[in-house]
Parts: sequence; structure tokens; C-alpha cells
Amino acid sequence: MSNVPADLKYTKSHEWVRMEDDGTVTVGITEHAQDLLGDMVFVEVPEVGRTLEAAEACAVVESVKAASDVYSPLAGEVTASNEALADSPETVNQDPFGAGWLMRIKPSDPGELDQLLDAAGYEAHLAAEEH
Amino acid sequence: MPKRTPLYHQHLAMGAKMVDFSGWELPIHYGSQIEEHHQVRRDVGMFSISHMTVLDLQGDGVRAFLRRLLANDVDRLKASGKALYSCMLNVQGGVLDDLLVYYMREDWFRLVVNAATRDKDLSWIEEQAKPFAVQVAERTDLAMVAVQGPNAIPKVIATLGSTAAGIGHLQPFTAGEMGRLFIARTGYTGEDGVEIILPNDEVQDLWQRLHAAGIPPIGLGARDTLRLEAGMHLYGADMDDTTTPLESALEWTVAREPLERDFIGREALERQRREGVSRKLVGLVLEGRGVLRAHQRVVVEGVGDGEITSGSFSPTLNRSIALARVPVATGDRCQVDIRGKLVPARVIKPPFVRHGRSCLPKGI
Repeated sequence: MSNVPADLKYTKSHEWVRMEDDGTVTVGITEHAQDLLGDMVFVEVPEVGRTLEAAEACAVVESVKAASDVYSPLAGEVTASNEALADSPETVNQDPFGAGWLMRIKPSDPGELDQLLDAAGYEAHLAAEEH
Repeated sequence: MPKRTPLYHQHLAMGAKMVDFSGWELPIHYGSQIEEHHQVRRDVGMFSISHMTVLDLQGDGVRAFLRRLLANDVDRLKASGKALYSCMLNVQGGVLDDLLVYYMREDWFRLVVNAATRDKDLSWIEEQAKPFAVQVAERTDLAMVAVQGPNAIPKVIATLGSTAAGIGHLQPFTAGEMGRLFIARTGYTGEDGVEIILPNDEVQDLWQRLHAAGIPPIGLGARDTLRLEAGMHLYGADMDDTTTPLESALEWTVAREPLERDFIGREALERQRREGVSRKLVGLVLEGRGVLRAHQRVVVEGVGDGEITSGSFSPTLNRSIALARVPVATGDRCQVDIRGKLVPARVIKPPFVRHGRSCLPKGI
């Protein structure tokens, strides 16, 4: 079973969300997602200032095997993107919940956070996917 | 039910992630595809390739039959053990499969053909063999392991001891029988190495001995990026029965001389040669960011469109490379449609990498 930190929120499409003190959220892909995809070779993050809808395809993580869209967990504006991943996409494999973060979003409706899965809910989702 | 090779349980024990490959349950990687790729380029690695089909053709008519069946000419094989790469064509000149043929004795040639085309190949070969004095036997009793990399040959000799001492004398593209092992100095990586064919009930022991000698297992994922860097074709992706060798950068494998040799597909190829081909297979190196993938559209300004047949990230070059079928008038530049964006790429003649080193022209 892969690592699912208890302090994060999750989506069924394997993004994680961390609430920051300044009211923004940080978004990345889970350890399980990077493990499924394999060695990352290319990451495309959204431009700062872009407005996202919930569940909009907003980033691409591409491994040796295949390209995969990353979906915005909630609506909002991109306030930061992890540009360092352009030169070191493997960071997403090595540290998916830390240095491998993809973007920061200022949510337009913080209430949307409550609709995301908590760690137990995501673990249950992973268990269900395996069967 | 997916088919399993005799090494299935060893793969699981070594941490393999298994995938379906034309009906076979095979290891895609054992942890990191990129590390496995580098391992073969820099040192040595072993591949389980028992899914490939081994056919033994025996009888007085074998040579005459193969000179009819194959686009390359087995008369080029003079010494026992010599191997030849060839396409097997249909009457229209389309590629039914690509294969290796080993000349062992005047009444025994061995073919190694692709797993995905096994059924089609067998029925075609058996049908074509009817007028000849030839027996076709599929060797399902045999397994196959490849050991590839700059240190492959010394490591295999050190591991197998006196049984395999003869490997030191094998010329490239030659096979020899050593005890119960059939060992060929061939491969699908662009590195030196051997492919070993042996009885199913001995392959687990061989695999464990090679592993104990420090040769790590390599999955199908790295096998694909290694062969792509080496500019080697993958049947079903880079050519199939709708494309001829002339449209697939495989003209070098068609033996036109002697002109009186009447191989299957010859007439169609001669006609195509007279009329000219409209498409060719080339190598692409991506200049912008992203990863080239099969079926992406290639745009050649003022000329027309083509399509990527195999594409991936090249771990050795640290950029994306591909094989693509493009209009014959394509020059040295093109663009590739990656998710709606046109990204510039350079057109080159493969290989991209040979014996661990970049083959890219200066300035690319």
C-alpha cells in the first residue's frame, strides 16, 4: 500500500491538495499515481494567473510510458507553478508530496475543499480500484 | 488466460511489474525503466524473451524454400552459424514479419520470429513450404534469454565457464551450439551481447546464475527505448503488411541480386521501385519540449503530413526521439503535433545511439 499522508485532501483522479496558511492550496499527484506512471520525463505546469475550473485538465505529467493529464481539484486562480520540474521531472517520482508539487491555486470557493476525499476516503478508493 | 514463460515466478520474485504483451504476461520493468536502460548502455543486463517464436526448418529443400520465402537471400550465409536479418513479404510486397534466420547446416535453418505474429507466420510459412521438401517445427520446448551491454560477453563467459568458452570466438551475427545452449551474438539494443536459446527446463537455473553473477533483469520498457535509440524497427509499429521495405528504410535488407531469384513480393517491389515511393521512414529528434509518441501527426511545411510510428524519451540523449513515416520529399526539418501544439523537430537518418554513444550529427 502506498503512502497516503493524513493531513492532505485527495481526488479520485489521484491529485493531492494541501491547505496553506495564506488561504491557497498546493496541488500535486499522489505517490500511487507516480508509481503507476513510472519514470517521469516531462512535466508541463499551468501558467501563473490562469483561471481554472474544477476538474479542468491543467497540467501534464509524462513518463517513459505515457502522458497523463492532471485535473484541477477545485476552481480558482494559479498563483504559483513548480517551474523546477522542467529540468528535473524525476522529482515527481522521488518526492511526490514535497518538492514534486505542481501548482498553487487560490480557490474561488473554499467550500469546494469539503467535497474532496480525506486520507481514509482516498485509501478506500485505492483499495476499490485494485479489485 | 495470458500465457506465461518459464521465468514468470522469477520475474515476480525480482519485483517485476507485469503487463500484457500480445497475450503474454511479461515484465515491463523491475522498478525503474530509465535505470534499466542506462544499466544496459553502461554495463550489462538480461532480458527474458521466451515469448519469441523459434522455428526449425529441416530437410533437403530448406535453402531453396528460404530463397523463395525471404526478401533477403540466405545464400549470403556462407559459414555455419551465420545469421541474417530479413523481412518476410506478402505478394503485394507488404511486410508480414521481420525475423532472424540462422544457417546451421545445409538441412537445418533456424528462424526467430515475433510473438505477436506467431499464428499468421506459422500458417503462411507452412502454406508456402508445401511444394518444398521442408519440415517446419515450432520449438515450444525452448526458452530464450538475451544478455546485452558492453560487459555482456565477458560476464556470460565468466558465469557459464567452459560450456560457453566458445562465445569468445563468435563473430557478430553468428551463433554456435555449446552443449545444450544455442548462443548467438545478436540482440535488439545496439550493444554487444548474446541471445541464448535453451531447453525450457534449464532456463530458470541459467537466469538465477546470471543474476547471482550481478547481471540485473531488464524489462520490456527499456528493451523498447534501447531498440529505438539503436534505430531498430518494431514490427506492427514501424512496418506491417500495408508497408513495403522501401517505405520502411529496410531496402538494405532486400537482396535484389541475383535478379533471377524469385522471392515472394519481388514483383511488387520492382514495380514500386519503377514508379517511385511516396513515403519514407526517418528518425526525428525533438527540438522543443515534450515527448514524441506513436501516431502523432508530423507536419512538413510545403510538403504534407506524416505520422510517428514509434516515439519515446531517449534516456541516453536526454531528449525525445522517434521513427516516423513522412512524405518522400521531406527535408531535414518538420513539426510534430503534440496535443494541439506544433513543436519543431529535426529529421535524421537513424541510429540515434550506437555502443553507448550519440550518433546525432553535430548541431542537433
